[in-house]
Amino acid sequence: MSRAFVPLVLIAMVLFASAPLVVANAPFEQTMGLVQKIFYYHVPSAMLMFVSALVCGIASAVYLFRRSAEADRVAVAAGELVVLFGLIVLVTGPLWARKAWGVWWEWDARLTSSLLLWMMFVAYLLVRRFGGPGSEKLAGAMALFGMANVPFVYVSVNYWRTLHPKTSVVMTLVPGMRGAFWFCVAAFAILYVLLLTLRKRLEDRRATVEQLYLAVGE
Amino acid sequence: MKQFLRVAWVVMRKDLTVEMRSREIVYTTVFFAASCVLVFAFALVREGRPLEDASAGILWISIAFAGTLGLGRTFERERHTETLRALMLAPSDRPAIYVGKLLGILVLMAVVEAVLVPMVGLLFHAPIFARPHWLAALLAAGTLGFASVGTLFAAMLVRARSRDVLLPVLLYPITIPVIIAGVRGTAAIFQATPDEPMARFWVALLVFFDAVFVTLSLWTFEPLMTE
Repeated sequence: MSRAFVPLVLIAMVLFASAPLVVANAPFEQTMGLVQKIFYYHVPSAMLMFVSALVCGIASAVYLFRRSAEADRVAVAAGELVVLFGLIVLVTGPLWARKAWGVWWEWDARLTSSLLLWMMFVAYLLVRRFGGPGSEKLAGAMALFGMANVPFVYVSVNYWRTLHPKTSVVMTLVPGMRGAFWFCVAAFAILYVLLLTLRKRLEDRRATVEQLYLAVGE
Repeated sequence: MKQFLRVAWVVMRKDLTVEMRSREIVYTTVFFAASCVLVFAFALVREGRPLEDASAGILWISIAFAGTLGLGRTFERERHTETLRALMLAPSDRPAIYVGKLLGILVLMAVVEAVLVPMVGLLFHAPIFARPHWLAALLAAGTLGFASVGTLFAAMLVRARSRDVLLPVLLYPITIPVIIAGVRGTAAIFQATPDEPMARFWVALLVFFDAVFVTLSLWTFEPLMTE
């Protein structure tokens, strides 16, 4: 990963620098016009929020059942990224909703369950931060329950009557929008991988320092 | 399997026997739940008329608050007397211990609900006898979903710092779907014309949640409670 790191940073920089042009050149949506452009940030962030919740949940399961400290460090990194990308989703969503629906927030299944997923991972971080010694396991259980919520969030929009656009929107984009959309997904995905590895490396270093500290203490 | 059920039964009986001798948790939790309903009554009853559709929400919020309190107290007792460790050292399946604790909490919450439901009916004119079997099904399924997660987290929090505040912080985001289903289902049968298909849908959803939560809890209890 360390060898691929610098090229990935460069690619991400190029992608994010050109993203505004790509998004600006994509065709305008007929009814919503300019505000539809939020879609290019909102949906990739939401996708990564779910991916990150899955990563955090799986890493936590590995930590709990295999006792792997490394998996726990992946889980922390992923848990923080759920909160970060979730924040982007929760800020861009209402901005779009204000224009499209006329209200900032609507208590429908999709919005509620996304907010809940986000809150679960905020709680995850709170436990890790303030739970004291041994709280990693507690946080691991929290992440597992959070992950169990992901398919529920994904399906909820298709089953319940809701205002939120269906997930099939992504597969039925017009060609001009499709290119720009997947461009943004790629840019966000690379950013995600970079942030995850950086954060994990920080945790690795912290664990090493702790071990050295203990060794010196003896 | 027989051994499993026996252990669960013994753990539950132990909890209930301890509780029967002092009645500390039952009395305090029931009183707290009743105070909750009264606070809502003062806030939401205007000129002698309760807010429409408020009763279902008040019932479930009170259940959730009282349940959190009961969960915290039950495990605080184990912590205070250092008995949770003894329980964990017993040569039996860990999941059986979990099921035993869960059953104890369920009995406690059932007692609280037996007081809460008539109170809500009385103070908020809720038609609690409109569809009693659906109300019972909603309460049973909702309480199981709430208590199954609650027991797991309360048991783990015994060792953590600031456990009093962390229990609701962890428990509420996870169990809000259960509360939503409970409130919507109860509201459907409290309507002027009870909506049975709606109630059936929410009961089914609650059963689905219960299955997921109980399975996850049973699966994770063993590694989580191992030091």
